[in-house]
Amino acid sequence: MIRHDILKTLIPVISDQLVVCNIGAPSQELFSLDDQPSNFYMLGTMGLASSIGFGLALSQDKPVVAIDGDGSVLTNLATLSTIANNPRDNFILLIIDNGSYGSTGDQPTYAGGKTSLAAVAQACGCENVVECAAEDTAEALGNALSAGRMTVIVSKCESGNVKVPVIGMNPVMIRERFMSEVARQG
Amino acid sequence: MATATDRQIINDLLGNGVNFVTSVPCKQLAGVIEVLEETDEILHVPANKEDEGMGLCAGAFMGGKRPAIIMQNTALGVVVNTLATLIQFYQIPLPMLISYRGEVGEPVACQVEMALHTKAILNQLNIPTYHFHRADDLRELPGILQHAQMCAKPVAILTDASFWSAAQ
Repeated sequence: MIRHDILKTLIPVISDQLVVCNIGAPSQELFSLDDQPSNFYMLGTMGLASSIGFGLALSQDKPVVAIDGDGSVLTNLATLSTIANNPRDNFILLIIDNGSYGSTGDQPTYAGGKTSLAAVAQACGCENVVECAAEDTAEALGNALSAGRMTVIVSKCESGNVKVPVIGMNPVMIRERFMSEVARQG
Repeated sequence: MATATDRQIINDLLGNGVNFVTSVPCKQLAGVIEVLEETDEILHVPANKEDEGMGLCAGAFMGGKRPAIIMQNTALGVVVNTLATLIQFYQIPLPMLISYRGEVGEPVACQVEMALHTKAILNQLNIPTYHFHRADDLRELPGILQHAQMCAKPVAILTDASFWSAAQ
């Protein structure tokens, strides 16, 4: 399975959750599969999906799913220690780990080599780290949401992208409709 | 040991409704961070790097908090992309309280190197910039904090060695 296959299986689990999605192919694929006002798409700023998602989780009580990638997490690796040391049970970090920089031509990352992001997250102090196969990701995410415990999921999948258009939506509109969902009661 | 200036800065943040602060420390900002840690009304989440901190602030803003960041001017070398593509692109108000190292009174020569680029970087990014040099420049802080919210932009408050050495 590639990232797009995983995202497809996730839709029933995440379509009514607050989702902060990583720059490039992940956001574009999610946008084309199931655009929701409860999705925050990053149009730039590689590496910060986990930090933005975590800041959101720290600031309100609804569950937040940050969908990040192995290359982006490597860019901002230290944020795993910030997350571990300020735990919030409404936060789930899903790292789709395809061992490559998908948006830039599938160049290999070190996570596809000797580096284990699950082990890094554990070493940073994250207490609930799950590494799973691509086909088990939706179940792992569903379990994490129902457990109500801060969880880092590392989903190992194959490298590859699906050709989808760039997101043309205005960034302020993305933010404002997302914030309305954050603020919505019930 | 925190001074009255450090307390006034945190008091001004509180007065403006700031309730989420991230920081990467600087010696000049140690007193402010000390007061911040004692202030229950503000959630303080230390960051490892300032771009990470701005990510936290963007998320906090979308979660209904009013964020600010405390950092050293050398970090402007780190955050240009984040300021342009996240904070400015998505129009997120963000006061940046910045220690302006490398100005007159600076003991570390290397700090002068980034001081030379500080205002140029802020100017290039069209970021409203305020330079606190004398102790009573602090009176402008409430207005600056309000200005950041009004225009939904990052704003820079540069606090130099003269300001801190005059601080009571």
